[in-house]
Amino acid sequence: MGTTTPMRFRQAIVSALADEMRADSTVMLFGEDVAEAEGPFKTSEGLLAEFGPLRIRDTPISEMGFTGAAVGAAIMGMKPVVEIMFMEFLGVALDQLVTEAAKMRYLSNGKLSVPMVVRASVGSGLGFGCQHSQTLENWVAATPGLKVVCPSDAQSAYSLMRASIQDPDPVMILEPRILYAERGEVDTSLSLPIGKARVLRKGIDITVVALGQMVNVARNAIEKSGLDVELIDLATVVPWDREGVLASVKKTGRLVVVEEAPKSGGWGSEIVAAATSELFSQLKGAPFRITTPDVPVPYSGVLEARFVPTADDVARQLIESFKSGTSPKSWWELEGLK
Amino acid sequence: MSVELKRRKAVQEDSVAQYERMIEIREFEEQINGLFAAGLIRGTTHLCLGQEALAVGLASVLRPTDIVSATYRGHGIALALGLSPEAVLGEIMGKTIGCCGGVGGSMHLSNMDLGLLPTSAIIGGGMPIAAGAALSFQVRKTDDVAVAVFGDGAANIGAFHETLNLASIWNLPVVFICDNNVYGEYSRINITTPIEDLHMRADSYNMPHFSLDGMDIGVVQKGVTEAVNRARSGGGPTLIEAKTYRFAGHSRADQALYRPEGELEKWQKRDPIKLTEESLVASGALNAEKIAKIQSDMKATIEKVVATCQASPEPNLASMFQNIFTPAKVGR
Repeated sequence: MGTTTPMRFRQAIVSALADEMRADSTVMLFGEDVAEAEGPFKTSEGLLAEFGPLRIRDTPISEMGFTGAAVGAAIMGMKPVVEIMFMEFLGVALDQLVTEAAKMRYLSNGKLSVPMVVRASVGSGLGFGCQHSQTLENWVAATPGLKVVCPSDAQSAYSLMRASIQDPDPVMILEPRILYAERGEVDTSLSLPIGKARVLRKGIDITVVALGQMVNVARNAIEKSGLDVELIDLATVVPWDREGVLASVKKTGRLVVVEEAPKSGGWGSEIVAAATSELFSQLKGAPFRITTPDVPVPYSGVLEARFVPTADDVARQLIESFKSGTSPKSWWELEGLK
Repeated sequence: MSVELKRRKAVQEDSVAQYERMIEIREFEEQINGLFAAGLIRGTTHLCLGQEALAVGLASVLRPTDIVSATYRGHGIALALGLSPEAVLGEIMGKTIGCCGGVGGSMHLSNMDLGLLPTSAIIGGGMPIAAGAALSFQVRKTDDVAVAVFGDGAANIGAFHETLNLASIWNLPVVFICDNNVYGEYSRINITTPIEDLHMRADSYNMPHFSLDGMDIGVVQKGVTEAVNRARSGGGPTLIEAKTYRFAGHSRADQALYRPEGELEKWQKRDPIKLTEESLVASGALNAEKIAKIQSDMKATIEKVVATCQASPEPNLASMFQNIFTPAKVGR
């Protein structure tokens, strides 16, 4: 283990970009206000000064155009990183990522590679309203040919960024916006491979799988629960670490997934389905998911704080399920709401 | 007639009321940062300081049955069209008194009685929707029109080009108003766009177009009226480019340090409020004393609005689950 440096999540992103750009002259970054303004969330601070306007570029508000340009540049051997300011802005560019980039290798009989990275800030908690607060893993997670990662702390922000840029295929990085300012320790020599989950806490009672900003929530919930829980940060949504997660569930016999996405169709369904069908006879309790309700992200601070799983609510459900072996009711079912 | 329709009627009929509405918008926007600092507003807001003449000008020449799509920089247009300051500020503060009951926020204001579609937080998002509203007027043979208000940044996104083309080939009764305030988010227009006269792009779609001085309410009214009349009478769409200037930064977090020196000051000399005052003083409708009274009255009014919104309850948990789908009805 190398030495660690304290840095904020957003600085870890800047450092990873800079280290990759120093190591590889084909790496470039473009997006809205990433150059002169150094990123709306300061995730490209100092990059224009160091790498110049040929490789660090501001774009017009034209997500389809510049995402597609990344596809073309990547095919020709560049390693472009594009920034989508808010995940929702990818809507107008989905074609280029999902239908073009993700299909290039398949449609070229394996000749073409698209080593591009699309970064987007995601998630709720900051009062940005329902068109700027979704996580939307599902826009991209059901696309064979596209990898999807989501860091949960400064270390994974750094290491997953480097792994994504080095990856020969298109990778989407979902960056939980609420974590940008969060402090952490980063070991720049530590690599986190895409497709490998991180066991953040060993335990034997329950396996908890979380992603993005839910990792902190799950960690706090585990402390409150008093249970000996194994906490897994999934880190990669596609291809997810089936082997690592199922090995843990095999050990604990219990699985709880904590998600920020709406209940219907979330990535956690895949995890619960796999554990249930593959480990059915070894389970001690029903695997279940703790999610947000099937509603748009509400603006009001009071509502937004309840919308997302809280440590208290996750702790309640961990304790209840550990005692009963059944899956607890969601907070909104308890409140009689739906 | 509702209070809000009365507010709309006032700006349609009276030039002093138009001035008062501009002052209301200015005073309202100037309160926002203070309310942020006091912890009464969260998230982000996008102020329209300096763009009051366009908002009030277009509201004064449209009917309440006309449809407007606008953007996240929408406080001014919402107030101009007649939404009450309580409905707008309440929404920005996330309170039940807000026009969306507090679940929408600053970027999402609406009132269909006044023709305002929910404002969009996606660049260009409202443009095709306005064309669709115009399509409904065309098919049902009404003489209402749709108006899409959007920024200069939107002129570089697909929705702008697709919508202009569609509106032109279908000859839709829609008016496109590009509020060219010189900056798209943190970037000056010359960095992102090869031309600064964006109305020229309508040539490619064989659509009438012109620019106008968006700081002068009289000029706005004349230009919008011309385009609206064309649309109402079956003459099809128009692209208007209103030359304005964003006195504030893009959003709450932006101090606009990237502006060339002296640019803001140059535009402030043509502050739309000052221009309106000068014109109304020249016509004898206002004098210095009346202006001072309007301004101090408005200050007091907005202070009361703040207090009212502060006292308004927070939304309850059930409100998060409402209005997602149409409630089931028995029978047809």
